[in-house]
Amino acid sequence: MAYSDKVIDHYNHPRNVGSLDKSSSDVGTGLVGAPECGDVMKLQIKVNPQTNVIEEAKFKTFGCGSAIASSSLATEWVKGKTVDEALSIKNMDIVKELALPPVKIHCSVLAEDAIRAAIGDWKKKQETTKPAAVEAK
Amino acid sequence: MSTDVKTAAAGQQVAPNGVKLPVYMDNHATTPVDPRVLEEMLPYFVEKFGNAASRNHAFGWAGEEGVETARERVAKLIGATSKEIIFTSGATESDNLAIKGVAEMYREKGNHIITAVTEHKAVLDTCKRLEKYGYRVTYLPVQKDGLIDLDDLKRAIDDKTILVSLMAANNEIGVLQPWAEIGKICRERGVLFHSDGTQAVGKVPIDVNKDNIDLLSISAHKMYGPKGVGALYVRRKNPRVQLAAIIDGGGHERGMRSGTLNVPGIVGLGKACAIAQEEMAAESVRLSGLRDRLKDKIMNRLDETYINGSVEHRLPGSLNISFAYVEGESLLMGINDVAVSSGSACTSATLEPSYVLKALGAGDDLAHSSIRFGIGRFNTEAEVDYVADRVIETVERLRELSPLYEMAKEGIDLKTVKWAAEAH
Repeated sequence: MAYSDKVIDHYNHPRNVGSLDKSSSDVGTGLVGAPECGDVMKLQIKVNPQTNVIEEAKFKTFGCGSAIASSSLATEWVKGKTVDEALSIKNMDIVKELALPPVKIHCSVLAEDAIRAAIGDWKKKQETTKPAAVEAK
Repeated sequence: MSTDVKTAAAGQQVAPNGVKLPVYMDNHATTPVDPRVLEEMLPYFVEKFGNAASRNHAFGWAGEEGVETARERVAKLIGATSKEIIFTSGATESDNLAIKGVAEMYREKGNHIITAVTEHKAVLDTCKRLEKYGYRVTYLPVQKDGLIDLDDLKRAIDDKTILVSLMAANNEIGVLQPWAEIGKICRERGVLFHSDGTQAVGKVPIDVNKDNIDLLSISAHKMYGPKGVGALYVRRKNPRVQLAAIIDGGGHERGMRSGTLNVPGIVGLGKACAIAQEEMAAESVRLSGLRDRLKDKIMNRLDETYINGSVEHRLPGSLNISFAYVEGESLLMGINDVAVSSGSACTSATLEPSYVLKALGAGDDLAHSSIRFGIGRFNTEAEVDYVADRVIETVERLRELSPLYEMAKEGIDLKTVKWAAEAH
């Protein structure tokens, strides 16, 4: 299979690889996929509590080159966006940007799921820890 | 990429240690034609182009002579007589002819066929088709090491069993089934034994008489011969095996396989067999040495790597390794100047991981993480070292990227994690 130049670039130079402290109240963690399916993505965001802007994003992915590229691209895109703006990222935007072939569309779906899961996790934390988090600032 | 690569004169890349890139190490998929084979084939395209079935002129005789020399060479390699060799278009056709041919010819005797879950699709899908026509097929499981349990085989044979079809060497994991023991059991029970010898013939010694094999599929392009040609050994006595043809026509090959013979291809197959026979003993020592070198280099450096299939009962040049926490296709992408294969779903058309690896019970996750190395006649020690280095650096890089590796290092048991698996 021939990969697009953008997939190869993200694979060779993945952006924002790493981990954030998942116990921190302003960090949201999304872990999607399953090892048996051949892909697992972990995407983390760090959100500014005042502005709701995603200031940092990190990922780690077990999967094919297209899965790595999709999650790498997702971290680039969510950075600097508000949480609500990030939720508007659709998997087909990733497909288009990376020129993914039909058999790799599920990689983009997984990346969108990872964004949603990370934001969902962060939102849940805000409901339970909001008073404390506000006071700490 | 940390390995420096400079461009050589003819556009070919050369690694610092002099290895020409890309490195071909996928010799289970196919092999290059040995120049000695090609040399013998060439006259049969232009000068000696005659139809081997033309009995009344010199052009035909020349073609026939080439074919009959080849037939003797193929027969000699497996301890058969030349009259027992039927030329085909390749091992897929040979498998089809053996299984369908026996099924039809022995229909009155019985309708039961035994094979195994790790066979090549040429055998499995042929058996599946026969099931549609009322045949009963037993698919034997394999043990963790990829070998069948001979007691399972004994138990599966019943009075309606007409054929046992079990491969000699597996194409994905390279394990060698105990074909001599299988042959003995089949002979004792009066059941025909077909073996798909695609990967094994020319690599390891096989003797159809000592090993009680009644039908043996052979492919040229897995042993440095050309693509599109193969053979089927069909036993002529003790017992005499009869086959119904699946290709009808001019009655070539004793009526078992009609169609004008692929003379240059057959000549190539014959030469490939002659070379294999002469060089097998020394070559298998060399290849096992290279394989063990590759295995040791990789496994000494990387933790959590697993060999798929028996280490002991294995083709000399064959190695199949799973690299835990790394997905196979992404590994192939990282070692893109090395040609190998993966059992990962992402490299297959079906998006299913290798059914052979799944049959070993290793778990889908390890099937996704597998790489098959096929070391062959033209691979060198320097190439093995280069491949080992590239694999090690790429696995290390991808593990840094892998959430599974991170979780495992944190002491999380991945088997107990509830995965939010998506529908794909």
